[in-house]
Amino acid sequence: MSTYDTLRHFADSWGLLFLFLVFLTVLVWVFRPGSKRVYRDQADIPFKHEDRPAADDRGHENRHGRGDK
Amino acid sequence: MAMAQGGGLFLIALLALMGSVKAHDTQFAVHMAIVAVLALVGAGWRLKTMDVRARDIPLREREASYMDDVIRAGAIATMFWAVIGLTVGVFIAFQLAYPDLNVEPWFNFNRMRPLHTSAVIFAFGGNALICTSFYVVQRTTGARLFGGALPWFVFWGYQLFIVLAATGYLLGVTQSKEYAEPEWYIDLLLTVVWVAYLVVFLGTLAKRKEPHIYVANWFYLSFIVTIAMLHVVNNLAMPVSWLGSKSYPIFSGVQDALTQWWYGHNAVGFFLTAGFLGMMYYFIPKQAERPVYSYRLSIIHFWSLIFLYIWAGPHHLHYTALPDWAQTLGMVFSIMLWMPSWGGMINGLMTLSGAWDKLRTDPIIRMMVIAVAFYGMSTFEGPMMSIKAVNSLSHYTDWTIGHVHSGALGWVGMISFGAVYFLVPRLWHRQRLYSLRLVSWHFWLATIGIVLYAASMWVSGIMQGLMWREYNAEGFLVYSFVETVAAMHPYYIIRGLGGVLYLTGAVIMAFNIYKTIRGDIRQEKPMGAAVEPAE
Repeated sequence: MSTYDTLRHFADSWGLLFLFLVFLTVLVWVFRPGSKRVYRDQADIPFKHEDRPAADDRGHENRHGRGDK
Repeated sequence: MAMAQGGGLFLIALLALMGSVKAHDTQFAVHMAIVAVLALVGAGWRLKTMDVRARDIPLREREASYMDDVIRAGAIATMFWAVIGLTVGVFIAFQLAYPDLNVEPWFNFNRMRPLHTSAVIFAFGGNALICTSFYVVQRTTGARLFGGALPWFVFWGYQLFIVLAATGYLLGVTQSKEYAEPEWYIDLLLTVVWVAYLVVFLGTLAKRKEPHIYVANWFYLSFIVTIAMLHVVNNLAMPVSWLGSKSYPIFSGVQDALTQWWYGHNAVGFFLTAGFLGMMYYFIPKQAERPVYSYRLSIIHFWSLIFLYIWAGPHHLHYTALPDWAQTLGMVFSIMLWMPSWGGMINGLMTLSGAWDKLRTDPIIRMMVIAVAFYGMSTFEGPMMSIKAVNSLSHYTDWTIGHVHSGALGWVGMISFGAVYFLVPRLWHRQRLYSLRLVSWHFWLATIGIVLYAASMWVSGIMQGLMWREYNAEGFLVYSFVETVAAMHPYYIIRGLGGVLYLTGAVIMAFNIYKTIRGDIRQEKPMGAAVEPAE
């Protein structure tokens, strides 16, 4: 078989399976138990550091809720 | 630092001048002369504004603020190129309706058309993406932009790329690849600028104060990385001479065609879609003052888009020499794209759930919502047109042009306008925009313009496709090509008028933005206040 054939057969068998499994893993991971609260917090990120960068020493105290505003 | 930058620019000017003198063709000579002049101006300006007493703000204090000056420049550039690109678009629309408007040789349709596409996609869209990504990545990581003056290099380097590409088209410099027309030396410049852009973005993410990387940044990052890959591979070429503008691509035949549409369609997917989705995921929640409807859905949206989009390119090559299986693959992946596209649209729209009244009082959110609605419509239409049976009617007709513009004017244009309206008062520390009433005018002019554009191109495109395939009982074609052209004339005029309306809206916006930056505020009745309560 030519290199083209080899690569093509690899792509439409193992390659396809691998990428599909990676994608499924992402889906399962997103729905893992307890993720709802985490994602709700992360959705609030745009409301946290509106005017200036977060100060170094404060660390991540704003992790929950809408800190800076 | 300023000394070194000025010296570097001076050296570039010197080299460009030598390149211009030794050039093998006029176009290359003109381009190198442009580079030399701009580099000289830049060097002079850098040395003149040099901080001789070294009063530069200490690093620690600088780190305590966001780098917004480059974003202000980006917002102005976005507005500037929008007006230029749309004006050229209106002009070429009327060139199609009235061929006498073709002025040989520089202002022919074939040279003006890439000028239009590059000006709206790369100049307007690209500047909007770069400046909003700089804004969003700082606000969502809680960190100042990485790289000192590097963001300024990205800004000015990108403007130089636009100027060289645009002047090149008019002079006849092109490698004839759609949306990748610039020749090798302009491509090299963009590669350097783009790598700098990636460094700024990644560097800012690396020094983030917020542990999680907000989803808008994922979309922006996928846009930057993918465009780098597409740009480099599709532009692999061998210059005829180091001092000439002509090069030949290393691919040929169907490989060249597939590489081109792998590039072309993913430019749609990652430049015009992923990048602007990054905008959607930041600016809609901000303007609506509520978090995105489902953060979970946004993650699924992202990964499905990434896994599917990259395969859809072959649908541009249905019924060509491309192997059948590749055509079918392109079609199947295009159809699967319905799911992430509509998932994303629902996520954007539902962010307003519980705040739908804002549509009445806030024309900026209205603009963003119509953008998402057009995203939904054009991502429904696109997969449908990728189905081979539909494509046999739609391909090479104006239907495609209508589809592209409902996506470009509706989705890309409107979400960018919304983002700039959001940004300008904040970047210049104004209380609000000069006038919200003018935003409303812009909204309606643009929306009616798109409707005229898309509707006329649907009718004209389908008519054109049907006329092309019309046989009589003896098996002869019923219409000659020129008859189809004549039949499309009225629709070309309607399309041109739609473009005029859209352009008028953009000019009103430019005025509004100018007044806002000046600090003026128009006294006007607030939006939606006129409604009386029911008895």
